[in-house]
Amino acid sequence: MSPLLEVRDLEVHFLTPGGTVQAVRGVTFHIDQGESVALVGESGSGKSVTAQAIMGLVELPGHVVAGEVIWKGRPLSAAGRGEVARIRGRELAIVFQDPMTSLNPLLTIGVQITEVLRRHLRLGRRQAAQRALELLDLVGVSSPRQRLRQRPHELSGGMRQRVLIAIALACEPDLLIADEPTTALDVTIQAQILELLRDLRERLGLSLLLITHDLGVVAGTCDRILVMYAGRLAEAGTADEVFARPAHPYTVGLLRSTPRVDVVHPRLIAIEGSPPDLSAPPPGCAFHPRCPVATARCRREPPVLTPLGGREVACWNAFAASGVEATATSHEEVGR
Amino acid sequence: MRGATEPLLRVEGLTVNYPGGRAGWLGRERLLVHAVDDVSFTISQGETLGLVGETGSGKTTTGRAVLRRVPLTSGRIWFDGHDITEIGGRELRRLRARMQLVFQDPYASLNPRMTVGDIVAEPLVVHHAVQGRHELRERVRELLRLVGLPPDAASRYPMAFSGGQRQRIGIARALALRPDLVVADEPVSALDVSIRAQVVNLMQDLQEQLGLAYLFIAHDLAVVRHISHRVAIMYAGRIVELAGRDDIYERPLHPYTRALLSAVPIPDPATQRERRRVVLRGEIPSPIRPPAGCRFHTRCPLAEARCRVERPPLVERHPGHRVACWLA
Repeated sequence: MSPLLEVRDLEVHFLTPGGTVQAVRGVTFHIDQGESVALVGESGSGKSVTAQAIMGLVELPGHVVAGEVIWKGRPLSAAGRGEVARIRGRELAIVFQDPMTSLNPLLTIGVQITEVLRRHLRLGRRQAAQRALELLDLVGVSSPRQRLRQRPHELSGGMRQRVLIAIALACEPDLLIADEPTTALDVTIQAQILELLRDLRERLGLSLLLITHDLGVVAGTCDRILVMYAGRLAEAGTADEVFARPAHPYTVGLLRSTPRVDVVHPRLIAIEGSPPDLSAPPPGCAFHPRCPVATARCRREPPVLTPLGGREVACWNAFAASGVEATATSHEEVGR
Repeated sequence: MRGATEPLLRVEGLTVNYPGGRAGWLGRERLLVHAVDDVSFTISQGETLGLVGETGSGKTTTGRAVLRRVPLTSGRIWFDGHDITEIGGRELRRLRARMQLVFQDPYASLNPRMTVGDIVAEPLVVHHAVQGRHELRERVRELLRLVGLPPDAASRYPMAFSGGQRQRIGIARALALRPDLVVADEPVSALDVSIRAQVVNLMQDLQEQLGLAYLFIAHDLAVVRHISHRVAIMYAGRIVELAGRDDIYERPLHPYTRALLSAVPIPDPATQRERRRVVLRGEIPSPIRPPAGCRFHTRCPLAEARCRVERPPLVERHPGHRVACWLA
């Protein structure tokens, strides 16, 4: 069976006065039915632009210059405009980081939910209102009847994010793309939203593409992880594998520089330097200027994503920077 | 002057209310935002106190109040033995030079029209801390080196620097007057993970070299565990627990601290699956009408009748471990 979603050789460029920024430089991955996949990276890694490209939301000066989005085995490029709009409107859904700017401040929550239901599902006024109540209830919004009459500013950040998830779920999508859904929220509210996403996956059989910079959020929520750096995938594999034995030096660095709340660290091990300017990406592997194990080859030849030890890695010296055992024992483990 | 046992900073009963607009019939009711309510703590020389809380906990206002950048409603603050709540003018300015602020947003807190050299030099000029151009240039160069920026950074503009480097510029400016205390308000939360570690390491190195004390305000409990000697947990304007770092993280007593710690995701799927999570229901209360009694009672899984009526005082349960809870 073909995967639910496939992205092949995606390239997105932004034409700016300072030159062409190659935000996404050939990204290929898939998501199976019912799977929860994390796309992880730092600012400028291209993770959000990848999501926008899937949804057809890349804004000027951005252009999808190459690649293919394949939905349920069919390239979107082969489908008619109406068909593509229907897929992106109903079968795919996206929630963004900032629930305040994604909602219209002038309209009530009720109007914003029922609008989607009436437009995409052609529900009548009464049916739409009924379904809106069910949706708010589904995502755990308290006193939903009252919320329908409220405007976004009357709700807390957590409630607004729940409302956005309700709107995203209105057409019963197969895949929910969540772009940093909890980054703007407090940690106790983040825990509520992550629990909601897990619960919705189970109850609705929803597939999830979670875009985040927070490795902690990934660990409890996703089956597979895709690590992105400078517009390319550095590593892809099951969350268990990648967290336990990261193969790419960037993944290793990311995990080492992330402090853990359950462990006392002697000192954080930072990744020196900063990510490259993607209007003039370095030759070879984009990570080589910051990589502790880079060799002459890394400066010349860009590594391709290759299957290795149960996952895929784009590195000429995979596992060379790992030494995971050494760092694990140097941390004083404190169980809770 | 401060005695041998006197801490560098002592805050007692700090309370800050803001006017919060009006309500009621023709707006006759004046609303007050109860941002900080009766907060007390100390910081010793060379020590880092982590101040943790969620939105509306009052942690940022507490930091600003310590620097006397917001008017206090009541309470006292002693810095190096001086009561800074009573003084003003030149005396306050002199003491303030020894307490500096590092901001969260390295993009908004640097003037884009000033060179990095001028930004770092500004406090030195304003406080007449150097004699002549030559000394000024030397001191700026020294500060840039201290925070790991190249000497030629002085002639460039903030735009030319990445987020992590801008935060280094902010730190260099804060250190210009050789302060004893740095209030750092979410100094790394706007930075990417790999850069965050660089700045955290820099702050620790500077503390060691210069004997700085930090009031490290943050919502990220993992970073706070890493950098702090002692930690205060704030909720809805009050400190609910204050203890040594290991006590807070390994033996938390307050139900809020426990819930907060259990909500922090751990980047390790195996650990994450096995953890018991206390998912708090409900929302952080409004600071305009905070709940009576313990402010956490509306979300507390253990709350009893008493918690809804009587405010629990912050009492010492074990040496150095204070908690404000009737049931802890």
